[in-house]
Amino acid sequence: MAVLVDKNTRVLTQGITGATGQFHTRACKEYGTQMVAGVTPGKGGTRFDDIPIFDTVAQAVAATGADTSVLYVPPAFTADAMMEAADAGLELIISITEGVPAMDMVRVKRYLEGKRPRLLGPNCPGIMTPGECKIGIMPGHIYRRGPVGVVSRSGTLTYEAVDQLTRLGLGQSTCIGIGGDPVHGLGFIDVLKLFNEDRETEAAVMIGEIGGTAEEEAAAWVKANMKKPVVGFIVGQTAPPGKRMGHAGAIISGGKGTAKEKLEAMRRAGIRTAPSPALIGQTMLETLKEANVRGKA
Amino acid sequence: MNIHEYQAKEILKRYGIQVPRGSVATTAQEAGRIARELGGVCVVKAQIHAGGRGKAGGVKLVKSPAEAEAVAAGLLGKKLITHQTGPQGREVRRLLVEEGLNIERELYLAVVLDRAVSRVSVIGSAEGGVEIEEVAQKSPEKILKEVVDPAVGLQPFQARRMAYALGLAQERVGAFVSLVQGLARAFVELDCSLAEINPLVVTREGKVLALDAKMNFDNNALFRHPEIVALRDLTEEDPKEYQASELGLSYISLDGDIGCMVNGAGLAMGTMDIIKQYGGEPANFLDVGGGATQERVTEAFKILLSDKQVKGVLVNIFGGIMRCDVIAQGVVNAAREVRLAVPLVVRLQGTNVEQGRAILSESGLAIMPAETMAEAAEKIVTAVKGKLQNAK
Repeated sequence: MAVLVDKNTRVLTQGITGATGQFHTRACKEYGTQMVAGVTPGKGGTRFDDIPIFDTVAQAVAATGADTSVLYVPPAFTADAMMEAADAGLELIISITEGVPAMDMVRVKRYLEGKRPRLLGPNCPGIMTPGECKIGIMPGHIYRRGPVGVVSRSGTLTYEAVDQLTRLGLGQSTCIGIGGDPVHGLGFIDVLKLFNEDRETEAAVMIGEIGGTAEEEAAAWVKANMKKPVVGFIVGQTAPPGKRMGHAGAIISGGKGTAKEKLEAMRRAGIRTAPSPALIGQTMLETLKEANVRGKA
Repeated sequence: MNIHEYQAKEILKRYGIQVPRGSVATTAQEAGRIARELGGVCVVKAQIHAGGRGKAGGVKLVKSPAEAEAVAAGLLGKKLITHQTGPQGREVRRLLVEEGLNIERELYLAVVLDRAVSRVSVIGSAEGGVEIEEVAQKSPEKILKEVVDPAVGLQPFQARRMAYALGLAQERVGAFVSLVQGLARAFVELDCSLAEINPLVVTREGKVLALDAKMNFDNNALFRHPEIVALRDLTEEDPKEYQASELGLSYISLDGDIGCMVNGAGLAMGTMDIIKQYGGEPANFLDVGGGATQERVTEAFKILLSDKQVKGVLVNIFGGIMRCDVIAQGVVNAAREVRLAVPLVVRLQGTNVEQGRAILSESGLAIMPAETMAEAAEKIVTAVKGKLQNAK
């Protein structure tokens, strides 16, 4: 088991004819992901490698049975592509694109209400179930299969954490990037719920950053509901207020959304926080050891 | 992106929102002339991109055109220091001269992107003229909120509900409702990230006006608003931050002396944090992005070294899919091109990491390699400070 994606996931790429779409579609296919279709309006009937390309998502789904879409579409067209994917009845939509207007995402989320698909992103690295399915731009070789679920707002910091885990012999069940934008699809709580119910996942790493209150809300949820240990980390402890730190959502505004508040909320909820970004893996190792001791006692 | 108060007021007027009569002055004489036209009693307001102008002496009531001219002469060219400008302050280059009003009540009104519900919300409070964060902390029950359904927009009943909750007299409700609807419409149509009127005033004559106005815009949506981009005032921005944004790099100036160059916003923040943990102070946030090419690395280097405070540089790249040998070559070329004269620590992880490290060590440059983030932070802090402080 794992969550959201596995070896049976059938993926279509929206924006498959762009350089980024091509590069990562090929890399994911090489990893072993079933990349079954591509969509670029006007390129229907052609192929990329041996992957058939369609004009519309609905055509691609009908012809190939794709259940998941990954979007490498320019920011101005991302909202439209997300809604097209939702309309075609996919299960999961993953948007890698950075720079999507927040108001577009407000409209997309309204459109998705009551509809089937789950949305990941935008501005996220994607999702990975090691050994089975890689969808997105992450480096597959640093991941190993195992008991730790990872959820994060950041891309390269997730790679850093995963690399630490793997080097310590701790594999991952599924690693999920929820993205660095203020308005996005699945959030920390949605993913932690999945980890909580997943038999393979024994513990979760949650990596947050400054801005918004999603980490505080997730901490409260963990305290009330989570049956498995959670290790937390927040970046941006040295970030000045009022400045957007790269990610559109990483900003301390009106004194709210500081790393300090988030770390305190995590600690109050019984989440063990890593003392530094270099010690996320180590903190998880200690947490699992303790959980094992408790489990055996 | 931020704009000035006078620019925000021009936009609000287009959305049917009343603002005090007034004009912008760039000289003291001009300020005097505008005051004369407005009839003498006026308010002279410094136009800078920062809050807290009133307390810092940037907003002054004047009783005559002569006084307006004298006050303007004192403000123009002056560095105004508020709690939002930092200790260096901001130079006042423009003044907004507005008519004085007979104020009956001061209210707070804002439209915000409400991240918790992924929607736009209208915030109102009877406590106008003070910072909303203060109200939120002391008396959260005084803050009113209406969430906007993006399918239909803000409805009149929502604005009415707020008007009654604020205790507005019946004859002011109509004007308030149309103002709130105008502000919500402006927010959505112009892709704002904040549209704030603080205070919103009711005059003794019964008018409802925006006495102050602040508008911020979503940078991600500027591509579809050239008219907003035209309002950008570069004199209000850090030149290094502007230069970086033109190159597609994300750079923020900080006060420390260790320059950092990192790929990815989260890792960049993490790198700043770990420098601090080892007792150092980061000089900047710099995200070179996922596709850090040789050229981008060189440009990034130039920008971070243009900060004369920088006494050492930490490069932290988790290459992932990117090849470390390519990045290493970029770092070496950049260091040569800019004739790097300060200690440089490079931490590389990812594909071809061995070749990458070989390029660094064979370059003949005094580059200190590091395996992990912690080692990298320790090395650069030691190199800059001579020893570790508060090491954890």
